[in-house]
Amino acid sequence: MKFSNGFSMGQFVPGESRVHSLDPRCKIMGMFILLAVPFAAKKPLDFVPAAFCLYAISAASGIRFAKLLRAGRPVLFLIAFTAILNLFWTPGREITRLGPLRVTAEGVTLAFCVSLRIYCLVMMAAALMMTTSPMDFASGAERLMSPLAVIKFPVSEMAMMMTIALRFIPTLFEESERIMKAQMSRGADFESGGLIKRARAYIPILAPLFIQVFVRADNLATAMESRCYVPGAPRTKLNPLVWRSRDTAAMACVIAFVVFSLVWNRYIYRLADLLCPESLF
Amino acid sequence: MDGPIFSVRGAEYAYKGASCPAIEDVNLSVASGEWVALLGTNGSGKSTLAKMMNALLVPTRGVCFVMGMDTSDAELAAFIRRNVALVFQNPDDQIVASIVEEDVAFGPENLGLPSDAIRAVVERALRLTGLSETRRRGSHSLSGGQKQRLALAGALAMEPKALILDESTSMLDPEGRASFLDCLRELNARGITVIQITHRMEEVVHASRIVVMEKGKIAWDGSPYIFWEEKRAAFGFDIPPELELLRSLRAGGFVPAGTRPAVNDLLEALCL
Ligand SMILES: Nc1ncnc2c1ncn2[C@@H]1O[C@H](COP(=O)(O)OP(=O)(O)OP(=O)(O)O)[C@@H](O)[C@H]1O
Ligand SMILES: [Mg+2]
Repeated sequence: MKFSNGFSMGQFVPGESRVHSLDPRCKIMGMFILLAVPFAAKKPLDFVPAAFCLYAISAASGIRFAKLLRAGRPVLFLIAFTAILNLFWTPGREITRLGPLRVTAEGVTLAFCVSLRIYCLVMMAAALMMTTSPMDFASGAERLMSPLAVIKFPVSEMAMMMTIALRFIPTLFEESERIMKAQMSRGADFESGGLIKRARAYIPILAPLFIQVFVRADNLATAMESRCYVPGAPRTKLNPLVWRSRDTAAMACVIAFVVFSLVWNRYIYRLADLLCPESLF
Repeated sequence: MDGPIFSVRGAEYAYKGASCPAIEDVNLSVASGEWVALLGTNGSGKSTLAKMMNALLVPTRGVCFVMGMDTSDAELAAFIRRNVALVFQNPDDQIVASIVEEDVAFGPENLGLPSDAIRAVVERALRLTGLSETRRRGSHSLSGGQKQRLALAGALAMEPKALILDESTSMLDPEGRASFLDCLRELNARGITVIQITHRMEEVVHASRIVVMEKGKIAWDGSPYIFWEEKRAAFGFDIPPELELLRSLRAGGFVPAGTRPAVNDLLEALCL
């Protein structure tokens, strides 16, 4: 049993692709703008541009589409939950009944759209994280948030925090695995019994893990201090962010694509009606 | 350089809440270019002294000067730390960044060097530690020994005048340890002062001076030659195999008594 498998959602996949080499600011802003595409989608066919967009990101970044799809797995439970809520609690034209629950046509559409919307959001975020190194991501976010420094918001400290948190996630997983193995070798059982029993089996892992985290934080702070880190002091960068013409081009494509998809949403159903008036959608 | 690089006088340090000081009445003066091996049992205060020499801890009594600067002056701490790099035992506690080269760059970035200069020092530190190939790898994906070399690279990137290694070779395999020591020898030959805390006697053979700590005090300080010949038994240290060899050679008359060939030269001569 491996703990770290659970954390496949959006781990950086090093590469040299066109998407990888974009400026992180471009990628972060681009992702937020592209989120407009699934969020503006109100009917099933409106998701065609979003799907196309995800496919294009996958092709341009060299990250297999299946891998992007799998990134949504951890939120499947959440998706199922919201889908069920929407399915049964949306007022409208009743099409069938499940016991006391009414299923409406509007509910089916809404459940479908909300699920896909969440899934698209997760996939887009995953595409961003998979193509952007944690350090790049942190410095991109730092620069994008730098206007907040005016209101005394500790932007660079936040970025450093993010960098270190990202750096320690794999270490924490390794550590918990080690503690788990140590306890398994002493007879602890994590795999049998009901949910409560299994959850309780994890308590002896969390306690030492927590202590380790604090010890580690202390040691790390000392090490950072000895390497001349002073919180809030100006730092330079090994790889300073450079906005290139390809970043401008990429942003232009993103905006054009969002406009296109809004137009698509407006006209696709009229077109579908013309071609096939009895369509289910 | 004129004057000692480290000058600790009558220093004492007590951790908050501790009943007795971790180190007391420590007097130590290290000249530039020396290679000092700092030995002692667990809890004898070696790490505390190391942190004091990096201005991380300020003596509660006595003084500690680094390159003539008082470590108790907070204004000077940055200068002291960029000139005296400290490498700790557990690399997982000192690696800050997710990517190898970005971690090496952490120190120079804090110094505010321009990107080109950072790139140059990072390049050099990676080459010296044999990590050039792994520069774009995730730091968590390195082996324990590689992580320790990364920690050393991070220290070297500051281009320090002195290097303090606090049991920084514990995870290296024999080969990795040999190349780590080669790297240190090269640095020392270029005039970098090395202070090496270790429990492994075979690592001490390059030292030009041995300091033994016991219960927070300096119990012995002198040349390795005298230490191995006369004092080691009193402190219960094993003799390193290289020195054992040298002694047998001397006993057999292969090496004239009184001369002290460098251990590595001797080994190389034997292998040929
Ligand atoms: N953060 C701390 N708080 C309180 N006491 C400490 C702290 N760190 C060390 N000590 C105590 O100070 C004394 C010296 O510790 P130090 O870490 O300097 O020893 P050391 O020679 O480096 O040992 P080792 O070989 O185990 O690394 C020990 O008695 C230890 O318990
Ligand atoms: Mg120690």
